[in-house]
Formats: sequence, C-alpha cells, structure tokens
Amino acid sequence: MTTLEQAPAAGPETGKEIGKDRRRKEDQRLITGRTRWTDNLSVPGMLHMAMVRSPHAHARIVSIDTSAAKQATNVYDVVTGHDIADSQGVLANAWPITEEQKTPTHLPMAVDRVTFAGEVVAAVIARSAAEARDAAELVDVEWEELPAVLDIKEALKDEVLAHPDLGTNKSALWQFDSAAAGTGGDVDEAIAKARTDGIVIERELLQQRLMPAFMEPRSYLADPTGEQITLWSSTQIPHIVRFLLAATTGVPESKIRVIAPDVGGGFGGKLAVQPEEWITFAVARRLGKPVKFTETRSESLMSNHHGRAQVQHITLAAEKDGTVTGLKVHLDADLGSYVALLGGGTPVLGAFMFNGIYKFPAYQFNCQTVFTNRPWTDAYRGAGRPEATYAIERVMDDLAAHLGVDPLEIREKNWIKNTEFPFTSVAGLVYDTGNYEVATAKAKEMFGYDALRAEQKERRARGDKVQLGLGVSTFTEMCGLAPSRILGALRYGAGGWEHATVRMLATGKVEVVIGVSPHGQGHETAFSQIVADRLGVPFEDVEVLHGDTQVSARGLDTYGSRSLVVGGEAVLRAADKVIERARVVAAHLLEANLDDVTFDSGRFSVAGTDQGMGITDVALATFTSHNFPDDVETNIDAQGSFDAVTFSFPHGTHLCAMEVDTETGRVKMRKYVCVDDIGTVINPLIAQGQVHGGVTQGISQALFEEAVFDDAGTLVSGSFVDYLLPTALDTISYDVAHSPNPSTTNSLGAKGVGETGTIASTPAVVNAVVDAVRHLGVTDIAMPMTPERVWTALRGDPGGADTVESAEPHFEGGNLESPEEDR
Amino acid sequence: MIPAQFDYLAPTSLEEALAALAESDDAKVIAGGQSLLPVLRMRLNAPELVIDIGKIDALRGVRDDGDALVIGALTTHHELLNDPLVAEHALLLTKAAHELADPQIRHLGTFGGALVHADPAGDLGAPVLALGAEFVIAGSGGTRTVGADDFFVDLFETAVGEDEILTEVRVPKRSGWGAHYEKFVRVAHQWPIVAVAATVRLDGGSIAEARIGLTNMGSIPLRARGVEQALVGASPSEDGVAAAAERAAEGTSPPSDLNGSSEYRQHLAKVLTRRAVAAAARH
Repeated sequence: MTTLEQAPAAGPETGKEIGKDRRRKEDQRLITGRTRWTDNLSVPGMLHMAMVRSPHAHARIVSIDTSAAKQATNVYDVVTGHDIADSQGVLANAWPITEEQKTPTHLPMAVDRVTFAGEVVAAVIARSAAEARDAAELVDVEWEELPAVLDIKEALKDEVLAHPDLGTNKSALWQFDSAAAGTGGDVDEAIAKARTDGIVIERELLQQRLMPAFMEPRSYLADPTGEQITLWSSTQIPHIVRFLLAATTGVPESKIRVIAPDVGGGFGGKLAVQPEEWITFAVARRLGKPVKFTETRSESLMSNHHGRAQVQHITLAAEKDGTVTGLKVHLDADLGSYVALLGGGTPVLGAFMFNGIYKFPAYQFNCQTVFTNRPWTDAYRGAGRPEATYAIERVMDDLAAHLGVDPLEIREKNWIKNTEFPFTSVAGLVYDTGNYEVATAKAKEMFGYDALRAEQKERRARGDKVQLGLGVSTFTEMCGLAPSRILGALRYGAGGWEHATVRMLATGKVEVVIGVSPHGQGHETAFSQIVADRLGVPFEDVEVLHGDTQVSARGLDTYGSRSLVVGGEAVLRAADKVIERARVVAAHLLEANLDDVTFDSGRFSVAGTDQGMGITDVALATFTSHNFPDDVETNIDAQGSFDAVTFSFPHGTHLCAMEVDTETGRVKMRKYVCVDDIGTVINPLIAQGQVHGGVTQGISQALFEEAVFDDAGTLVSGSFVDYLLPTALDTISYDVAHSPNPSTTNSLGAKGVGETGTIASTPAVVNAVVDAVRHLGVTDIAMPMTPERVWTALRGDPGGADTVESAEPHFEGGNLESPEEDR
Repeated sequence: MIPAQFDYLAPTSLEEALAALAESDDAKVIAGGQSLLPVLRMRLNAPELVIDIGKIDALRGVRDDGDALVIGALTTHHELLNDPLVAEHALLLTKAAHELADPQIRHLGTFGGALVHADPAGDLGAPVLALGAEFVIAGSGGTRTVGADDFFVDLFETAVGEDEILTEVRVPKRSGWGAHYEKFVRVAHQWPIVAVAATVRLDGGSIAEARIGLTNMGSIPLRARGVEQALVGASPSEDGVAAAAERAAEGTSPPSDLNGSSEYRQHLAKVLTRRAVAAAARH
C-alpha cells in the first residue's frame, strides 16, 4: 500500500494556530480515495439498485411491464411508483416564498406522470450493480407523451403547461420595494426623472442553466436491519435529510440515523432532498434488506438539480454625472418541473444583493418563479448572489461606458465609503465592516492596471487582431446563512443556528463534534486550529467529528458559506464552556478561590502564586474524580450553539484581463487578480484554495458551461464530452490577496469564503471580454462566451449566436454499430 | 457506467483473432479501449463478443522500410509521439500526437485503433490523409492495401470490413518537411472543433509542395487540395499564404453542434489553415 508522508506545515509549529498555513489533515485519505465514500461501503446482505428513467420531458405513464426484468438473472425485485406510493414520502419545499406559491407534489418516484426527461419511474434491485443495470433495460414502460414547455419565456405565456392541473406555469411572485419597506425611495419616480434628466440603462441578461459537477456522484445506502434505519448518503445536509425523512415518511425521527461519510464535493448540488435518496430508503424498508444506489455521471447530469437559469431585466437610473439614483430588477426564474428544497428561495436570496456595494437611494426587486419541463433548479455555489452580482456589475460597466469613464471611477463614485460603515443598504441589510477603497487600490497595484490600460489603448490604435480588455467586479455578498429570525421572516421552514460539542478525553485529547457537514472544505483542519488556540492544546490532539446524526445530534449542515461564520462560533462557545467548567475543577484541585483562578494558553493559574495546572491535567482528574466534592461535576464537556443576528458581508475587488482573437472569437485569460475581505483568515492556505476553486467555477460559467436541451426536452450536454468543464490546462494562476476587516457579527471576525470567488469572477470575465471589443460595437455577449458567440457578436449580432443549430451529443454522432477497432 | 455483459477473447496471434472475428456475428475489436469503452459504458453499443487484440505483439512498433515508415496498428500515441523515425520522416504525425487527448489516453490509445474508429473529430485522420498513407488490412483471405483517399468511408466507417483487422500503416517518408497541427478547442481535453494538419516543403524561400488535411470539416477527414495547389510558389509567411488559405472550406460540409455552426467551422478552417501553413513553414 502506498502511503503519503504528511507534508510539513509552512509555518512554525508553535504559537497561535489561527492564521497558520496548516496542510489539511483530511487530504491524504480524500485524495487517495482510500476512505469511506458511500459507494466504497458495503454491509452484509446488501443489494444493488438501478433506476428506470423517463426519456420524455412530459408524459403519462400508461403501464409498466416489469415481468421480464423480474425474471432476469439475480434480480431480487422491481419496484414501481405504485408499489411504494404510500411509503415513499415526498420531497419537500422548505421555502415557500409567498403564501400563494403554487407547489406541485413532488414524489420521489413518479406514479402517474413524469415532468422531465430523467425522472425515475421504476427501480430494479439485484445482487450486483451490473445485473440491476442490465435488468433495468428490460422494464417496458408504455408512455403517452404530453406537450412540454421547455423555455422560461414560453412558460410565461401559459400556453403549454408543465403541470396542467395547476392551470398556470407561474409559481410565485416575490417582491421587495424600498419605498414600501421604508429603506429607500420610489424607484419608478427615480427612473422617470432619469429618463428626462439623466441616464437610464436597461438590459436583459441571461443566466444560463448550469449543472453542479461535484466529483463524487450521488450515492445512497440504506440499511433497515438494525433498531434504527441507517442511511449513508453523499449529502451536504445529513441533519436536514433525517428531519425530512421523518416528516414525510412517518418513520419516527428517533428511528432514523443518517450518515454523511466522506462526501466528494457538493457545490449546492447536494444541498437537496433527492428522489434517489428517498427511493433507496423506501425500497430498503419495503424489502427489509440493505440497498445501495450509486448514480452514473450521465444520471447525475440529467437528474440532479441544476442551477442559475434566470432571465434578468435590469433598469438602472443615474444622474448625468453617473451618480446612481435607482435600480429596478425583474427576474424570471426557472424552477424546472418542481419546487426544490430551497426552490424559489434561491433567486430570492439575490434580492438583497442586486444593489451590491452601491448607494442606490431607491430599489425594487421582483422575482417571478416559473415551471418548465426540465430538471428542477436549486442552490449552486453562490445561490442567487452570483446572479445578482453579475447583473449589477455588468450594468455598472455599461454606465461607465455610457459616460466614457473608467469602470473603477464610476464604482468609486457610488460605493459605500469606508467611513460609512456600518451601513444600512437600500435592501435593508446592515453591512458591518468593509473597505472598498483599500481592496481596490491593492488590486490595481497587483494587476498593473494602468500599464494594461495603456497596452489596450495601443492595441486598439494599431488595430491588432488580438484585442485586450479589462474587467472589473467589485462585489459583496451575504454569507453565514442564516440568522433564524431573518429566515423566519422570509418564510423559510427551518432555522439557521449552529451547534457544537467539545469533549475533553481523559488522556488530554480533545474531540470536537460539529453540526456543520464538510464535503471537501477542510473543516477538520480549520476547526482543529480554532480549538487548539482556545484550549491551548496541540493541533494534533484535536479530532473533529461530523456527519453522523448519532454522533452529531444537532446541526444544520454546510452551505451558504456558513460553516466557519456560524459553526465556528458555536465551537468557540462550546470551548469556552469547557474552560469554565474546568476552571471550577481546577479551583477545587488547587484549593483556590474560583475568582482567583485564571486561564491562559492551556493552563489554569492561581493569581498571586506560582500554583497552576494544565487543562489536560484537569481532564484526567475529572476522569478519576477522586475526592470531588458534591458540587463539582464529574464532567467538563460542553455544548455550544450560535445564531447570528445578521449575515456577514465579505467583499472584494476582482480584476481580469482577457485577450480576444478577433479572427476566431477565441478568448484567453491573461491575468486575474483578486483582493478579498473575508474577515479573519483561519487558514490562509485553505482560504486561497477556496478562492482559486471559486474563481474557476465563476470563470467556467462565463466561458464554458451550459445545460442544453433539444426541442424534445432531452439533455444534449449529457456528458462531460458535451458539458465543458475547465481543467488546470484551461486556467491560469490567479493572484490572490486579502484585505481583512474583521466581521463584527461573530467573535472570530470571520466573513465566509466558500462562495466569494464564484460570485465575483463571472462578471469580471464577461466585462473584460466586452471591454476588449466594445470599441468595435459589441455591448453584450451571452454566456457561455463561446468563440462562435464572440465571433458572431463581432460581426454585428449583439446577442451572439444560439447555442445549437442541430445539436447532438458527440457520442451519438453516427453509426457506432459496425465492428471496428477503437483508438 | 456499467457496460452490458459481453464475452471476452484475447488471442495472441492475428490468425486467431481473424478466425474469431469471422465466426462471430456480433463482435467488436478492442485495442487500447479509449473510444470503445466509453461507448460500451454508455450502452450505445452492446456487442456479444469483444476481441482484445492487445496481446498480438506483431502489430506493435515503428520500422523503417526504405521509402516509407511502417507503423504497427497497436503502436500507442505515446510511442508515436516519442519515436525518432516518425519525427524525422513524418513530423506531422509527431505534431498531431502531441495535441491528441492527454497523457493517460496517449499511453493506452493506439494509432490503428484511432484510425479505424474514424471519429471525424479524431486527431490522426487528417495527418495520415495529408501524408498519403497506405493501410494494410488483414482478413481471413489474406491482406490487402488501401490508399488514404479510399480508407475513410463515412462517419465512424472505414474500408476495414466486418471480418478484417487493420495491421499496419505505411507512411511515405517526407524527410525535411515542415509540419504543424493547428487544433482549435474550447477546453484542452475536448475533441477539436476544427483542426488543420499541414506539412510543407520549402525550396529557395518559397513553398514548393504542401499537403493539408482537415479534421472535423465533414463526416471524414478531408484534403484541402485547392489550398495545396494555390500554395505552390507562395511565400511562407501568414500574409503570403493568406490567399491560398481562403480556399480551405471549398467542398466541405462540416457539422453543427454545441461548439459551433457549420458556417463558423468553415470560417475557422480558413483562419487555421493560414496559421498552420505558416507555422509548418517555420519548423
């Protein structure tokens, strides 16, 4: 067996842990894969399951003939929606955004009707995964095809309905108006005034559908043979899954144990209650046998939830000098065929971010959610906030171009000055800290902004075939989802608190149980650093436990850049309670007055003496508890929880230089600089990794990714051959720096870093490409900015080309039937 | 991603392989498996029998055969890329192999397998066409040789018959010719949207002879003969070859797909041909 040596840490081994570049202690097992991914697990008597899916976007199930499949080799059973109709539960929408929201019942396995291509209609259970897959092809479904609606704008016409019984494709209209809320003026007045005596920028921008591409496909294993039913799930949200399984299947919560073992990425794609997850649970219960299901990548792309998918109508009003006076936003957001767990809540999260870092005196946000016969949409890294940032940063560039001034100048004219914090935004949120001036100045310097502008000018003058553009994104976001009171006001069905337990073991080691649920973020390392500092124990002596509802009984899991901001604070509070309890024991053992015992760097001391003892000695003494008086407890473990009062607000300035080959339309990144204020940085190496990954994911929306369907509603970009993701070969090395202003919303001062890069980078890239060719008459290029779209835009079509003329996946491009060799 | 069940045979001689192929009604030949396995795993094809010719060592390697190089069908892309004879006498293949997929695929995928798979977006079809290679095909009745112009028949279809196996490819030596493979992709690991394989012989500062192959500009690799003719006597700079390159899309009917329309591909062919020829002349 190969083993990897622990790489040496970059910083010194002594002293404060917070701020140290610790290598991640979880990486060896995660990177080698020799760990507990759900699909690596197996339990005695386990059966395997394969799904039968709809090939149609909208159809009635006339009949399902399972007889041939049932007779296939080693097939144990074949289950249809009718078989488990009473036991399978439903997939809940936890966030009905309005009281009137239309929410069709979402069954894990369809019973009578399918609403998108890929929906599960039957499951085959066999001795091996291969036999289950083979037999799934023998299930014969008779369909009656129904008209399908596949496009947001078509859906709004209500001519073809995704759910005929609802009578409309419109699910909910959510609105915010600053005049009504008392947070600002009347936006229509501002726009009317600007039309006569100012500037009005109106844009329709498209947020294409994206598909979360976590590395580990979804996998579920349900074992009903114990006293509790255990479900191993590659999920971001084991606690929420347990609650909703209980709430929707009738199985008592106490009889359900959910384990998220090591989980290979999520990006929001596993912030979900999944049909396949519920089906695995229901089938295992029905058969009384352990059952495992692991999806293929093709299944993942066609049936896991998608992200983004909005049409954005933006109207910005400004005075003649570029001072902004109003912003009106109307979104048409594609829900897909059901309202997912967060559903319409995802675009609504953007409601508070379209105004960005700017001082709009008037603001209105309208979000119309719409059904289509496509897979449902939900959170995808950034969830609502990348969409908002994209729109505002694009139109701020348009405003600058209209006035003929530098895009940074128009931003500085309108942003919140560093002296104005805390600042109440026009959307009603209080931004605690920030300094846009410092971040921008630092980014400009690192970027060599003025030199690149000079080169751009020179290339334009020369008529170079390769033009250069500079893109700006000065973003902010709301992180640390989310204060329970705010969630309650927004009609979300759960809270946003977090919980942790710190346990002092007899041998002086420490166990930290967290309620957040990592899936690649490095929680085990970062939380060890926090606890090591607080308790004054070595980093190596801290073990972080998570992801199993039997171990971590309370928690609300990981999403929305919340783990550190909310979960980290809960850990600190638990650690502080441990110290308080240990102080009582120490006072007893040192025969000192409690008030005279102080704690510093892992050691209790008695004031005015040289008497003292370490916290690990207290732990051992507590284990023995010899001679403890009645009023000293024999336990110093403690729990902590935290519910923030408000969000945290990371911000930053991202600058991007793109080269555009005007002959082919191909774009190439030249330089990317980001200076982010993410508050206190616990582990700079992890933070940098989050920023690099996030920036790449945002670039990928700008340049590469798009879920494309054909006219029948079948996913064309159904494999990584046709759904393009960048690799290291397609990116450059980004220059990352921080300009921290600690948050005041938590005692760590952390602001969150998981989503910043994704939120910021998309508009920076698109702005750079548009900037490169704006002098040639181009004002917009649809995402992803394929070479052909850029080339078409250069030839005078501002919207760019449609994605496909006659799209078909690469592998289906011809006759693969003849016996031939392969390369 | 589990293929349907199939029988598997791994003969050690060509005769054995051909006999098995003749016997079965529904067999596929596998070499490096870099195209067939995805097809099987996605269940786009489900043959009863897969015949693995990877153990037939006689089909491996590059040898010098006078005025031609003989490249065994099982030679991997990695071996092709690093072969000094190929670099000396058929530089265009070295250049194309360098752009083909990634190191993992290049270590497993084979020269013959890629050609017989005949993906119109494959990176080796246009170079062998441009080089005027000949294909040696074995069947139960013996071997036959097919010229490059007759080898590619249609999308995923070649002159290799149902019961035949490509054994080697004879590539006429073009020693001292410059070569370049200009591949246009959105991300590094994808098939080319369009690629141009160009190899040129210079004489006295101008182009004496040029051979140009086009990838993914139709259902099979294509020769840009109009460009080749127009290049004779041209100055080998981008400006010098520009007029000739304008003829690159003549007679092509490229596909439209997620990465580009037919019209866009025709435009790209012209630009990329200009760049490829100029680059070939520099090497």
